[in-house]
Amino acid sequence: MNLDAKIPSGPLEEKWEKHKFDMKLINPANRRKYDVIVVGSGLAGASAAATLGGLGYNVSCFCFQDSPRRAHSIAAQGGINAAKNYQGDGDSVHRLFYDTIKGGDFRAREANVHRLAEVSRNIIDQCVAQGVPFARDYGGLLDNRSFGGAQVSRTFYARGQTGQQLLLGAYSALNREISRGTVKMYSRKEMLEVVLVDGKARGIVVRDLVTGEIASHAGHAVILATGGYGNVFYLSTNAKGCNVTATWRAHKKGAGFANPCYTQVHPTCIPVSGDYQSKLTLMSESLRNDGRVWVPKKLGDTRPPDQISEEERDYYLERKYPSFGNLAPRDIASRSAKEACDAGRGVGPGGLGVYLDFADAIKRVGEDAIKKKYGNLFHMYKKITAENPYKSPMRIYPAVHYTMGGLWVDYNLMSNIPGLFVLGEANFSDHGANRLGASALMQGLADGYFVIPYTLPNYFANEKFEKVTNSDQAFKEAEGVVSEGSKKFLSIKGSRSVNSFHKELGKIMWDKCGMARTKAGLEEALVKIPKLRDEFWQNLKVLGGNESLNQSLERAGRVADFLEFGELMCQDALHREESCGGHFRTEHQTEDGEAKRDDGNFCYVGVWENKGVGKKAELHKETLQFENVKLATRSYK
Amino acid sequence: MKLCHRLFQSSVGAKMLMAITGLMLTGFVLVHMSGNLILYAGPEKFNAYAHGIKSLGALLWLMRGGLLATFVLHVYLAIKLTIENKAARPVPYAYEATIQATAASRFMIHTGLMMLVFVIYHLAHYTFKIVSPEISALAPGDAYAMVVTGFSSPAVSGFYILAMAALSAHLRHGVSSLFQSLGLYHGNLNPITEKLGPIVASIVFFGFSSIPLAVLMGAIK
Amino acid sequence: MDITLHVWRQKNAKSQGKMEVIEGKNISEDSSFLEMLDTVNETLQESGVEPIAFDHDCREGICGMCSLVINGEPHGPEYGTTTCQLHMRSFKNGQHIFIEPWRAKAFPILRDLIVDRGAFDRIQQAGGFVSVNVGSPQDANCIPVPKQDADKAFDAAVCIGCGACVAACKNASPMLFVAAKVSQLSLLPQGKPEREKRVLAMVDQMKAEGFGNCTNQYECEAACPKEISVEHIARMNREYFRAAALEESPKEGHGGE
Repeated sequence: MNLDAKIPSGPLEEKWEKHKFDMKLINPANRRKYDVIVVGSGLAGASAAATLGGLGYNVSCFCFQDSPRRAHSIAAQGGINAAKNYQGDGDSVHRLFYDTIKGGDFRAREANVHRLAEVSRNIIDQCVAQGVPFARDYGGLLDNRSFGGAQVSRTFYARGQTGQQLLLGAYSALNREISRGTVKMYSRKEMLEVVLVDGKARGIVVRDLVTGEIASHAGHAVILATGGYGNVFYLSTNAKGCNVTATWRAHKKGAGFANPCYTQVHPTCIPVSGDYQSKLTLMSESLRNDGRVWVPKKLGDTRPPDQISEEERDYYLERKYPSFGNLAPRDIASRSAKEACDAGRGVGPGGLGVYLDFADAIKRVGEDAIKKKYGNLFHMYKKITAENPYKSPMRIYPAVHYTMGGLWVDYNLMSNIPGLFVLGEANFSDHGANRLGASALMQGLADGYFVIPYTLPNYFANEKFEKVTNSDQAFKEAEGVVSEGSKKFLSIKGSRSVNSFHKELGKIMWDKCGMARTKAGLEEALVKIPKLRDEFWQNLKVLGGNESLNQSLERAGRVADFLEFGELMCQDALHREESCGGHFRTEHQTEDGEAKRDDGNFCYVGVWENKGVGKKAELHKETLQFENVKLATRSYK
Repeated sequence: MKLCHRLFQSSVGAKMLMAITGLMLTGFVLVHMSGNLILYAGPEKFNAYAHGIKSLGALLWLMRGGLLATFVLHVYLAIKLTIENKAARPVPYAYEATIQATAASRFMIHTGLMMLVFVIYHLAHYTFKIVSPEISALAPGDAYAMVVTGFSSPAVSGFYILAMAALSAHLRHGVSSLFQSLGLYHGNLNPITEKLGPIVASIVFFGFSSIPLAVLMGAIK
Repeated sequence: MDITLHVWRQKNAKSQGKMEVIEGKNISEDSSFLEMLDTVNETLQESGVEPIAFDHDCREGICGMCSLVINGEPHGPEYGTTTCQLHMRSFKNGQHIFIEPWRAKAFPILRDLIVDRGAFDRIQQAGGFVSVNVGSPQDANCIPVPKQDADKAFDAAVCIGCGACVAACKNASPMLFVAAKVSQLSLLPQGKPEREKRVLAMVDQMKAEGFGNCTNQYECEAACPKEISVEHIARMNREYFRAAALEESPKEGHGGE
């Protein structure tokens, strides 16, 4: 597997500028001759499709939802980082770069992260020009808030709905291109195969989720912007439809899967309340700006919070990390909550929760000020739990939220398959082993608005393309595979629903490959998952037919892929004998319980090559070079 | 003429025309009511008022023409919009519910059509005098006697009062709603516009209905 | 708790649908309305009946995918709440619950409770955007926007495009949805250059899709899970009148550079 990252030469600060000049361009009149397929319409997909359409390429964009506006980017709450330094508090491109590298526990590429920090500023300009209503102060200028893992206020926000506003901005840009005829939008279509011709990605096969019709689309390049795989855990903060199918099927066609074990567990989610639960709800990390996290000092203390005096409370984040306090990065805050609960000091039903207390903030600035800042989050909490967070502290517990791993890409965001580009959460590139808050939106939009519009033309200009149409043999074969797949699910006629398999897989993953992982646990999971997968193919029950809207059938395909992917994830977690960021191996920790990296042996990207179902994937390595930052132990004390 | 086309054909434009014609008709209704209330001042004053209107000559015909055109436009658009609205939901809900809309707002087309029937009857009754032989037998110019004669019949009075109830319901929603159609919905304005509908509706109902009631009770002879 | 559901079942867009009675047993009061449907669906599948198809995705009230008219009210009885955030504690043990799809000619039913809301996308495509190329727009802080305008624009921009306004309106009118976008962009300086073109095109498209007209009953506002005010409809009406008055007839024969 060729893992040349193609990082441009020269000083870090000049790489991207230099690369932009070195890359070849496509003449405006020739652009419409190139067909680009974009899968996914979230921040990365919609921004890429809109931008490329705007440049004059002939773009087709696909999403499985009923409208591109539904993509799960819409649910991001807190904000988007940008090194604007509007607050004059010492921010700079280099600081954002450094914070992101350090936040990712030194497991990301320097050049990619620096580029991300550079273009972060353009993103804000672009979004404001689109009419995104960011929060403003009384002078009419943009407001900022602070976020985990940073000591500057660089996060731009639109109340608690920043993701929504940014996605609707990208959606509006996409709509403009659709109306101009440069982008053709296909909704309720699920991508089920990537088609390669002469080793290049030249198209996709999709299933129409309403009619069951299977169709092929050919193009000169395929862009996957299909999000992360957090739903392998069944319970996560992801939307129910989020899945690994697009990236997994590309992986099975030869694309390397990088660092699948890096998953982010978000510290501030509403705790699980029962078996019926279908998803977990995140409460923005921004709550930690004013909320104080604590648990009772006494083990098994079941008194209501207002009866526990100050002296009997352990504000553990403030105690352990005095300089960052409640704003410690996500992985650290999550693990600390787990530690407290594992030690028997958790609160609420089942003891799986910690308090997030706003009493001090309300006393300091008043209930109205808190309501203005977090009103919608408090409202949401109340709706779900029927408790009033203005009166008693919230109960929170970590939940799977984001996945840093993804398909391997080079500096140009191209996978090891020529012509297959991967953007946003679907790739592995910028967050290392842990993502900082408000950086996902930044990366999705950076990739779509400001990276792919430069790197894709360069690919086109350097390649010769044979004429390929969707009636070619390769497409017909891929269509056959897809339609056989559907038929197979329907023909098993077993006794267990798709959901029950997904739930069981999720439990294995959470128990053995969740916040804390052990060798024994992962080995156990690697036995259990193939067994469950075998049962799935023997005992699955999917009712209805293929030629209609059949939600169970859709899910069967996604769960089948999760059942293969989960195994790879555990394999990756097992091989990485160190703790870093979102990957915590209990065998590898310091005396005070912090993650212990092994830079000597694991300072690389672990890229897996698929060898077929049930066969052990092959590991390839891209060594990470750090020329501008010093590898240090991450400290937020 | 693009503007005309937009006003008639577009959803928002047609609603504006509804609001403007509605406002004009409301104005007419209020003036008409004020004129009617002169009845309480006695036959001489009322007949003089009626004579005054008749002697406007060409101007009267112009006003009548304008009023008719406004009315026809209001009715035409109401029917057109209602047909479009019904077509927009071909299959009704099995469980019909209303969250907060007033009854007056839900039955606008019904109260409106009742007004159409009433106006035709009213014109036939007092203007063309073809409904009742007693009225056609009266001396021309004695408008006062005409009103008293007309409302002496409990059935006629009852019908008039019922019609005024319908008109009142129509105005209750219509008068408040026309501000929204014209884009005049605003935090500072709403406390007034919200109340204006019910206020105008009450004034119109009591103002008009008091006359047949007064006739029936013998207060006006 | 146990409940009795009356659910609209319809095989596909072309077939006739009807209300069917389905029993829901042992439902947790703390489960959401959609989790209740999940539970019912598991039971249906066990007995060999195809599950009830319904749209949903984020299940945290922001994607706008979930719908359902519950006992005659879009998104159910709770104010300012999407169906996915509605919890069963809002219902009583033994209650009969009617679940129907959004009903509008412009939202054809695809299956059971799932409708096609493509009309909303087409309305947005007609003009719900600012024409700005991606590249190097001016610095974000170049044009200050008064906080009250930005806040008002945001109040409109929170629309999730779920379609509850259409479902609630007796005329199946999407005025609140259309107005939310028109209002947002007309309040911001970035949206001003195209304000006339935008409002005319979006209102035209609304009609072309076969939606009804607004009769100012404000059922949309009452049903809107994001509590968007009908004040935005008034702003759109003003914008429309202004645009219609200023609109010039297209001149002929003046093409080219």
